[in-house]
Amino acid sequence: MKILVVEDEIDLMEIIQQSLEKENYVVETAGAYSNALDKITSFEYDCILLDIMLPGGSGFELLEELKRIGKSDNVIIISAKDSLEDKLKGLNMGADDYLVKPFHIAELTARIKSVLRRKSLNGKNIIKLADLSINLEEREVLIKGTAILLNRKEFDILSYLIVNKNRLVNKAALAEQVWGDYMDQADDYEFIYSQIKNLRKKLKENESGLEIQAVYGIGYKLVAL
Amino acid sequence: MNLLNYTLKYLSITLLVVISIWAFFFYFNMIDEIMDSIDDGLRNDKILVINKVESISTTIERAGFRDHNYSIVQIKEKQGLDYKDVYKDTLMYTLNEKDLEPFRLLTTAFRHDNKYYELKVVASTVEQDDLVRELFYGLVWLYVVILISVFVINNWLLRKIWIPFYLLLDRLKAFRLDRDKGIKTAETSVKEFKELNETVSSLVEQTVGTYSSQKQFIENAAHEIQTPLAISLNRLELLAENEDLSDNHLEAIGRVIRTLERLTRLNKSLLLISKIENRQYGELESVSVNALVKMLVVEFSDFADLKNITIALEESGRIEASMNKDLAAILVSNLLKNAIAHNINAGKISVRINSHSLIIANTGMLSPLNPLKIFKRFEKDSATQESTGLGLAIVKAIIDLYGYKLSYSFAHQQHQMIIDFK
Repeated sequence: MKILVVEDEIDLMEIIQQSLEKENYVVETAGAYSNALDKITSFEYDCILLDIMLPGGSGFELLEELKRIGKSDNVIIISAKDSLEDKLKGLNMGADDYLVKPFHIAELTARIKSVLRRKSLNGKNIIKLADLSINLEEREVLIKGTAILLNRKEFDILSYLIVNKNRLVNKAALAEQVWGDYMDQADDYEFIYSQIKNLRKKLKENESGLEIQAVYGIGYKLVAL
Repeated sequence: MNLLNYTLKYLSITLLVVISIWAFFFYFNMIDEIMDSIDDGLRNDKILVINKVESISTTIERAGFRDHNYSIVQIKEKQGLDYKDVYKDTLMYTLNEKDLEPFRLLTTAFRHDNKYYELKVVASTVEQDDLVRELFYGLVWLYVVILISVFVINNWLLRKIWIPFYLLLDRLKAFRLDRDKGIKTAETSVKEFKELNETVSSLVEQTVGTYSSQKQFIENAAHEIQTPLAISLNRLELLAENEDLSDNHLEAIGRVIRTLERLTRLNKSLLLISKIENRQYGELESVSVNALVKMLVVEFSDFADLKNITIALEESGRIEASMNKDLAAILVSNLLKNAIAHNINAGKISVRINSHSLIIANTGMLSPLNPLKIFKRFEKDSATQESTGLGLAIVKAIIDLYGYKLSYSFAHQQHQMIIDFK
């Protein structure tokens, strides 16, 4: 899978590149408008991360060019602009998703995977990992073929961890994903722990080969044993 | 008190004083003038009588107030030589009024055929009490008529000439910094109003300019501060994924991450407050407080369960508030979060909604908080290290934005936050 990152902030570009390479993607980068335009018109990418404010031009112009050549369906806009107008403009111009900076890397990974899944699986949203299979649309989890019952939050946590498998997922990212905006100001994320505890119990009961590991107060990691 | 009543009030007091003083002087001047004139007449009468005595010999015998306006009495020579003219007021019986009436009396003396006579001449004068009464009524009428004229003229002036002023006032009342680009003023020929219009227009223009640059600044600040913070956090997360790290290193990284997250929260909160205070949350919609509270109570159940806190919701009315949806959610969630964070283990939270207010009461510290301090920024109790100290300041900013009322009280060992949506 080949991903193009169009971002003028070197630091952020590096982080995204490093993180995506850990997921075994081939990552190419462009730091300015002209550079990005060259790459877009010359090569094929499975997913393009597009910043709006770029030296030499606007991300919206790039998006227009992509739409013209019929490649706009796998674009995720990453922008510091949190206004509704920009979001609507981006999505109306054919972008697949709009992510407001700053974001957690885990969130970016999840969005990229969602775009890629939609492209490759003909809309079938099923992820398989070790002995577990999770259907994101039907919200159904099977371990060794047996359905297990999870509440909404447990399901959200598990799917987020599965999308980010083998990666450290920050507690704040997890809280934001599962509990929404209301919890991102919460002073600690202790409340996540009780849900994780339940999930671990259910994985263990069904003798799954998956395990949720805690990483020193930072977050959690799902690994296949 | 409006402009009309204000002018009327001062004019009526001033006029009353001025007219009273004027009446006082006018009265004495007039009396003086009348007396002077009557005295002149008496002097003339005296000469006429003396001439008459010279020409008609029987005058002295016929004299007397019964038939004439003079009386003549013979006096001693010595008396007659020293005599001086005296004018004085007296009362005499008049037939037409059948009562004693005021008269002016001149007493003088003259010599006739080497005999001395005392001559008294009278003339009817004004009844002073009548004069005072008439003057008083006249002035009261004048006063009333002037006041009515002032009222009518003022009213008319206010309607006609002050139109641009009231128009400007209405437009200023409706002016919203987050929505309007400028203010339109009405044409006027009055110099002061022209100046007022120009001043207000330029003031509004400046304010709008400052507001938009402030807005720009906030957006930039969000970009400039949050991005490096997020990058630092992301780098640390990537670092923490490194397999070579020892547990000690991971723990240290975890601490830095927590501190940076606190900084991120602080930055977010400060930006939120300035965005609220700069009125950058425009879009209003009708928010059902009941539905919002219900939803958030469920959302916060995980958080509450940690401390075994029970949340009871009691609805005795419905509140529909016209406010920004996001701000409404932030308002209620900040209060709920506070009620949970500052609660005791196995504590209680009671949320009550009636037709106009939302009351959130929680158990916690056994002493009341200082209501003057709790809504200030960075005011926090030392027990909760992680809190930003901005939660209630945000609540206050939202309440102020919409003109609601927020109060705190401590009753039955519970801390109560009351929002009055009226």
